[in-house]
Amino acid sequence: MSLTHYLVLAAILFAIGATTVLLRRNAIIVFMGVELMLNSTNLLLVTFSRIHGNLSGQVLAFFVMVVAAAEVVVGLAIIVTIFRTRRSASVDDVNLLKS
Amino acid sequence: MSGFTAPEIAWGPTVPVLVVLLAAVVGVLVEAFVPVARRRVVQLALTLAALAGALLAVAALWSDVARTGGTDVLGGSLVVDGPTLVLQATIALLALLSTLVFADRVAGGEDAFAPSAAAVPGSDYEELARRKGLRQTEVYPLLLFATGGMMLFPATTDLLTLFVALEVLSLPLYLLSGMGRRRRLLSQEASMKYFLLGAFVSALMLFGIGLLYGYAGSLRYSDIAAATATPNGLEGLLVVGALLLLAGLFFKVGAVPFHMWTPDVYQGAPTPVTGFMAACTKVAAFGALLRVVYGMLPGLAWDLDVVLWVVAVLTMVVGTVAALVQTDVKRLLAYSSVAHAGFVLTGVIALQDSGITAVLFYLLAYGAATVGAFGIVSLVREQGVGDDDGPAVLGEATRLSQWAGLGRSHPLAAVTFTLFLLSFAGIPLTAGFVGKFAVFSAAVEGGAWQLALVGVLASAAAAFFYVRIIVLMFFTESPDETVPAGPGEVTSLASAEAPDAAPAGSTPAPVLTAQAERSARATVTGGEGLTVVAVAVCALLTVVLGVAPSPVLDAIASVAVLLP
Repeated sequence: MSLTHYLVLAAILFAIGATTVLLRRNAIIVFMGVELMLNSTNLLLVTFSRIHGNLSGQVLAFFVMVVAAAEVVVGLAIIVTIFRTRRSASVDDVNLLKS
Repeated sequence: MSGFTAPEIAWGPTVPVLVVLLAAVVGVLVEAFVPVARRRVVQLALTLAALAGALLAVAALWSDVARTGGTDVLGGSLVVDGPTLVLQATIALLALLSTLVFADRVAGGEDAFAPSAAAVPGSDYEELARRKGLRQTEVYPLLLFATGGMMLFPATTDLLTLFVALEVLSLPLYLLSGMGRRRRLLSQEASMKYFLLGAFVSALMLFGIGLLYGYAGSLRYSDIAAATATPNGLEGLLVVGALLLLAGLFFKVGAVPFHMWTPDVYQGAPTPVTGFMAACTKVAAFGALLRVVYGMLPGLAWDLDVVLWVVAVLTMVVGTVAALVQTDVKRLLAYSSVAHAGFVLTGVIALQDSGITAVLFYLLAYGAATVGAFGIVSLVREQGVGDDDGPAVLGEATRLSQWAGLGRSHPLAAVTFTLFLLSFAGIPLTAGFVGKFAVFSAAVEGGAWQLALVGVLASAAAAFFYVRIIVLMFFTESPDETVPAGPGEVTSLASAEAPDAAPAGSTPAPVLTAQAERSARATVTGGEGLTVVAVAVCALLTVVLGVAPSPVLDAIASVAVLLP
C-alpha cells in the first residue's frame, strides 16, 4: 500500500475532527474533535517522516502527544467547572458575553 | 548505529527564558511547601525577581549580540538575535508591570482572583473560602509559565519549538481567564470560549506545520525557505500549510477573521489578566509572525500578499467600526486592540528592514498603554453598601455610562486614562503616534501605500471613539448628580446607548442584573498602591517614548536584523 494512502486517511480524520468541533454542541464532544485533529496530524507527521527518511516528524509527534495530554488536563478542568456551575456542558448555553 | 553525541549547547543566551521558567517551577514548589500565610509574599517576590532577572540577562546579552549579530542555540530551536532580545525585554517588562496589577488587593483586601477557583459560584463553600480569606496564589507561577512561553515564541526558528511555546503560553492563559473573583459566570465562560477556540486553532496550526514538514522535509524555517526556491511539485502542501500556520498566528494576535474570541475573553477575564494577555500575547505573536513572514515564507510573498493585505485591511476596518458601538470599557479596548493588530500588520507586510524596527517599537508603545489602561480599569470600581452599612468598594465599573463625570471626581485617574487613549489614537507627543508613524512609513517604503492610507483613515475614525470616552469623563455630568432623572435624560451618551440596550429584553436574567448595575456610581480606589505604580510607569513610558523616541528607535534599529 502506498504511503499516500496514510496521508489521505490523515486528511479524512482531520476533516472529521474539524467537522465535529464546528457542528457538535456538547463541549466534551467538541474537545474530542480537537483531539482527533491532533492525532490525525500525528499520523501525517509520522508518514512524512517515513517519506523523507528523517526523524523530525516522529519527534514532533511525541511532543504533540505530551501537549495533547496537558491540554486535556486544562480543558477538562475548565469544562467540569462550567458543568458544575450550570449543570450543562452545551456550548450553546454559554452565551452571557455578547455585545 | 553510531554512538550518540551530545549536542553543544550555548547556555548563556538561553538565560532570560530559563530564569523565568525555572522560577515558575520553583513557584509550583512554593505552593506545596510554604505555609499559606506567607505564600503571597514569597510568590510575589519570586515572580518580580525572576522577571527583573530576565530583564538584566537581556541587558547583559545586548552588547554581545549587537556586535556579533546573534547566536543560534540548538540548531535553531532558540535564536538569540537583536529582535529576540528586544521582544524578550518588552515581554519581561510588561509582565513585570502586570504582576504588580495582579498582586494589588484593590477592594477590601481582596485581589482580582477567586478565593478558590474550584468552588461553584454562589455556593456555601465559596462564601466560606471568601470569609476565611483563601487566595489562589497559583496565579503567579501560571503568569511566569505564560511569560516563559511568550519569550520563547518569537525567539525560535523551529516549528517544533514554535508549537510547544504556543501551548506553554496558551494553557496558563486559559486557566487565568477563568479565575475572576467577581462575575464568575462571565469569567468561566470567557475561559471556556478561549480554550475551545484556542485548542481548535492550535490544531489547525499543527496540521499546517505537518504539511510544511511534508513539503520541505525539515522543521527549520531556513530549510523551508530554501526549499521554496526550487519547485518540487508539492506546492499545494506549501501554500495550504503556510495558510494554516498563519491562521494560528492571526488567532493569537487577534486579526480578523480570527478575532471573534477577543471581545468576549477580554471582557470576561479578570482585568489584570486581560491587560497582561492583551499586551504580552500580542508582542509574542507578532514577533513570531515577523520571523515566519520574513524568515520562512519570503519566497511565497506573491501568493501570500493577497491574504496578508485582505487580513490587514479587514482587521483595521472591523476593529474600528465595531469599537464605535461598544458600551463596555473592556469590550471597547478589546476591539481597539483588534484595530491595533491591523496597524502592526501593515508594518509586517512592508517586508522592509525598517518594518522590523517599526513593529518592535509599536509593540512596546502599544503594550505600555494597554497594561496602563487596563490597570486603571481595574481601579475604577462601583460603590455600594458594605456588610457594616458603610460605603464599600464593589466590582469594576465597566459600563461606559458609569465613567461619566470621572474627570471631575477623580481627575488624576481620568487624565492618565486620557493619556493612554491619546496614545492608542496616535496623537503626537505620545508613544502611539511615533509607533503609527513608523509602521505607516515602513509600509509606504515597502510599496504598500494603499495599506498606509487605509490605516490613516482607520486611525482617524478610531480617534472618534477615544475622544468620546474623554468627553464622557470630563464634560458629562456623572449619573449620581442627576440620580432621579429618567433613563432617557441622564446623559447624551446614555441616550445614544438606548438603541443598543433596547433588544436586551430577551436576554437571560444575569445580563439584566448586569444592566441594572449600571446605575451604581463609580469611584476610583488606590488599592495597595501596586497598580498605581504600574500605571505610573506605563504613563511615563508612553510620554517618554512619545517625546524623545530616538534613543529607543536607534537602539532597536541598530540590532533589528533577523538571523535565518
